[in-house]
Amino acid sequence: MSNIKRNEIMAFEPDWLADIRVNKSATEARCATYGTRRSVKKEHQLAWLLHAIGNIDLTTLSGDDTDARVRRLCAKAKRPVRADILADLAVPDLKLQTGAVCVYHNFVATAVDALNGTGIPVAAVSTGFPHGLSPLETRLREIELSVAAGAKEIDIVIERHMVLSGDWKGLYELMVSFRQACGDAHIKTILATGELGTLKNVAKASMVCMMAGADFIKTSTGKESVNATLPISLTMTRMIRDYYERTGFKVGYKPAGGISDAKTCLTYLSLMREELGREWMQPNLFRFGASSLLNDIERQLEHGATGRYSASYRHSLV
Amino acid sequence: MTKNNNTHSLVEKMKNLEYGNAMESDQQALAWIAKFDGKLNHFIGGDWATPLERSYLASNNPATGKILANIAKGTAKDIDLAVKAAQKAKDKWAALSGHQRAKYLYALARLLQKHARLFATLETLDNGKPIRESRDADIPLAARHFYHHAGWAQMGDKMFDSHEPYGVVGQIIPWNFPLLMLSWKIAPALAAGNVVVLKPAEYTSLTALLFADICKEAGLPNGVVNIVTGLGAEAGEALIQHQDVKKIAFTGSTNIGRHIRKVTANTDKGLSLELGGKSPFIVYADADIDAAIEGVVNAIFFNQGQVCCAGSRLLLQEPIAQKFLTKLRIRMNKFVLGNPMDKNVDMGAIVDPVQFKRINDLLKRGVDEGATMWQSDCQIPDVGSYIPPTIFTDVSPADHIVQEEIFGPVLVVLTFRTNAEAELLANNTKYGLSASVWSEDINQCLDIAPKIKAGVVWVNSTNQFDAAVGFGGYRESGYGREGGREGMYEYLKPKYLAKLPKFKTPEQKSSVKSDKRTSIDRTAKLYIGGKQARPDNGHSLAVMNAEGNKIAEVPHGSRKDIRNAVAAALKAKSWAGKTAHLRAQILYYIAENLEIRRTEFASRIEHSTGISAKLAMDEVEQSISRLFTYAAWADKFDGAVHNPPTRAVAIAMNEAIGTIGITCPNEAPLLSFISLVAPAIAMGNCVVAIASETAPLLATDFYQILETSDLPAGVVNIITGPKDELSKTLVEHDDVDAMWYFGTDAGCTMVKQQSIHNLKQVWTNEGKAYPWGDASIAEGETFLRKATQIKNIWIPYGV
Repeated sequence: MSNIKRNEIMAFEPDWLADIRVNKSATEARCATYGTRRSVKKEHQLAWLLHAIGNIDLTTLSGDDTDARVRRLCAKAKRPVRADILADLAVPDLKLQTGAVCVYHNFVATAVDALNGTGIPVAAVSTGFPHGLSPLETRLREIELSVAAGAKEIDIVIERHMVLSGDWKGLYELMVSFRQACGDAHIKTILATGELGTLKNVAKASMVCMMAGADFIKTSTGKESVNATLPISLTMTRMIRDYYERTGFKVGYKPAGGISDAKTCLTYLSLMREELGREWMQPNLFRFGASSLLNDIERQLEHGATGRYSASYRHSLV
Repeated sequence: MTKNNNTHSLVEKMKNLEYGNAMESDQQALAWIAKFDGKLNHFIGGDWATPLERSYLASNNPATGKILANIAKGTAKDIDLAVKAAQKAKDKWAALSGHQRAKYLYALARLLQKHARLFATLETLDNGKPIRESRDADIPLAARHFYHHAGWAQMGDKMFDSHEPYGVVGQIIPWNFPLLMLSWKIAPALAAGNVVVLKPAEYTSLTALLFADICKEAGLPNGVVNIVTGLGAEAGEALIQHQDVKKIAFTGSTNIGRHIRKVTANTDKGLSLELGGKSPFIVYADADIDAAIEGVVNAIFFNQGQVCCAGSRLLLQEPIAQKFLTKLRIRMNKFVLGNPMDKNVDMGAIVDPVQFKRINDLLKRGVDEGATMWQSDCQIPDVGSYIPPTIFTDVSPADHIVQEEIFGPVLVVLTFRTNAEAELLANNTKYGLSASVWSEDINQCLDIAPKIKAGVVWVNSTNQFDAAVGFGGYRESGYGREGGREGMYEYLKPKYLAKLPKFKTPEQKSSVKSDKRTSIDRTAKLYIGGKQARPDNGHSLAVMNAEGNKIAEVPHGSRKDIRNAVAAALKAKSWAGKTAHLRAQILYYIAENLEIRRTEFASRIEHSTGISAKLAMDEVEQSISRLFTYAAWADKFDGAVHNPPTRAVAIAMNEAIGTIGITCPNEAPLLSFISLVAPAIAMGNCVVAIASETAPLLATDFYQILETSDLPAGVVNIITGPKDELSKTLVEHDDVDAMWYFGTDAGCTMVKQQSIHNLKQVWTNEGKAYPWGDASIAEGETFLRKATQIKNIWIPYGV
């Protein structure tokens, strides 16, 4: 996921946090305009949806995951859209694949094997996912093992209590240790925004994790009661912009959980375009943590190709 | 999508990830125009009416410059026809029950919603505003206005039972929010039981005519709504001059507002004006900067900046000024200008080449005066009147572009150091329509909001509107409110007004005992700034009793004395910030002190006016009671908390107007003085009162009571002398914020005419005689409403 200068571990700068203000109502008001100020229609919409497939971290994170289930997911990651749809869209040769496949540590090896030769990276959720409260040693070891098993991307979770008690220095140090454990593997930091109480906490946690070298900041594990929302996304992307203005480093964004239809996915892409620019719409800086989204995108593509509304059972399972 | 799509095109689009166009269809709107063969007539008496002079005007699409339709060019004859149709409908409409009128308003709201997209597209074609705005703001707000006012109609029979409608109302609306301004005008007028003749702006008359179409569909009785199109100087002028039009409501430029005030001065027409603005947008260092940037987008670039309440003066606190401007420029460069029918444009076209030129002239003037102009590098279409988002820095309050309303997408930027300086800059304008205040510190926001002279203050938000929340200005931004209960009162008048007799100078007939003054001569003086003052010119005037014998002399007040009194009143303005409890205590204390000297005052009344001792004592007793009334009201004339349909409260505060000039009537010299001065000061105003011309001693005696009652110096100032001459100086004074005049017809006309310079609010007796002894008329909420103006402070919340 490269070709940008990778974020580095910066010094802890409490001043950067002191300035942070987030007005919820104004944030929501802005969010309400992405869908109304900008719409993507017709062929542009199809182009955006085809593009969005590359933004997807196709994910399975269930207690009942099995090797077979993971292999099925990988197959979909490799061939995300039915060939006849691409043919109907007059792009039969378009090489499409998802941005990554995201699994638990135990299935990293399976996924790496299944995706061999495709270039699709395997992402592993790590560090005591989803709560992040197992002993630090085991969490660091977990990262190392996942990297050793072939994961190119590590999605870590933060300890929410550090945010809720204002222990920003502690959070910074925790993150630095995770980043160091990742080595060359890219690190996505899951803030579990639904458990942080306020948008201001989300903003500050975003900034601390970026200071500590995050390559991506990510909203949710998918296990909280509130996952990715537009106001949370706007808050986090504004922090990414601030961080870029302060340091020159581009940090990626990953909303996860609850983004399951094509229309919502377009709104998120609009948000990225408006707040951060076109570069931040690319898979190296923007990912969706999702699974059923792909299915809906495929349905919309078929509609675009044929003019008929499609049923989800006509598209292969994720 | 078909198979013959070019492969490269889709792949190319994946690479560029452009939005592309998202054009709204204009077919239905054009079909509606075509129904009339492109030639639209007036709507009079429930049907289309060809202009009597058969003349038409072209109405253009500003995005293309092409003719959209021809509209009737109304003349005085058409206006007369429309007023006659309204006259005919008036009594029946007013006689309907509130519920019956509510059903019509409700039907209009439903029909607006049913045809929402047609209205939106027609509005955009006609006006040039982005379809997104007409679809998401103009039309839904218009429908909401009718829903809300269906409610006032329903409740009005009880709620406003001491009031009645004016009858025929003339309404003139601007081109910037054509249908929305129509709804702001027509909905309250109809709810209150009035009938309407409305003249839309000549650039943008089409949605008003489409509205006429739905009036037919709603089965609205013929003549209740009449629409006459044409030019302001012709149709508009005829409307304001028409003698059967009893109330004028106008939204538009301050200069035309002045003209209307002047033209209607010799009539008793009601008048409400919603005029220009140069509203401040204040960003403190502790604001959510990114949020405030989006606020600016909605403040000055909404509707191409053609918004009377646009936040056109950006005031930035110094620590964040440079950072803010950098971010703002980046944001502005993301703007999309283009065909307003494209759902993806942020700004459309300026409404007309005339406005386009006007704005460009102002831009040039700004540059010529040394300001730095920055414009967004966004692409501009080749045809149509487009102006990119423009920011002026290196400006000062002395610059023309900082003072004048530009009415385009043009922002001027000033910086401030402290809260006190923010207040000074914010109020350094002749206007007072709205303000935006951005800070995450609620103390900061709630400190500055009441200090800004503006009818609407938006905390951490901007351009919020709702039918339940009154909208309107201070200063030269006009008077009257639109929306909410306060807006309803603009279309209602107290029932007693019609019954008041013509004002006559009271006859002085009874004979009084001879002058029984004590042997030491008491010299009456003026009362200015808490001090007894001799008149500047050193002259005195004789005061006669009822029999025509000289009983004393009072100062011959002059221009200089008025000047001094107004200056003293201005100095005392902290009175408005005193607690209502304190103001009440002082009014009670004044009453207490009057009570102690009741015999003396009664004797003076008897002596001055020749009424009986009993009646004189009655007047004193009533005066004491009236002081109690306003002491009681001082802490009870509360504002309201509105619940707009968003997560916010809107606090409607009854604020003092400022300095009120009061010309007291001659009759009931003590009671009328107190009936007018007491409500004014109870609400926190300072007063310059011109005493009864025939019996001024009651006022000059009264200052001794004020002096012993802890009233701060300057809150009440008393001038004696030639009433109308002094009133003229007073009403012309720009530091006087409102003028109450009670006297002759000629005096009423004069005061209204002379009020136009700073467009102060004027209240007169319309040449009628008020029964000062009748508390059901001469005291109460009507007086308190005149003594206050409502400021709505919008406060969104949430963490």
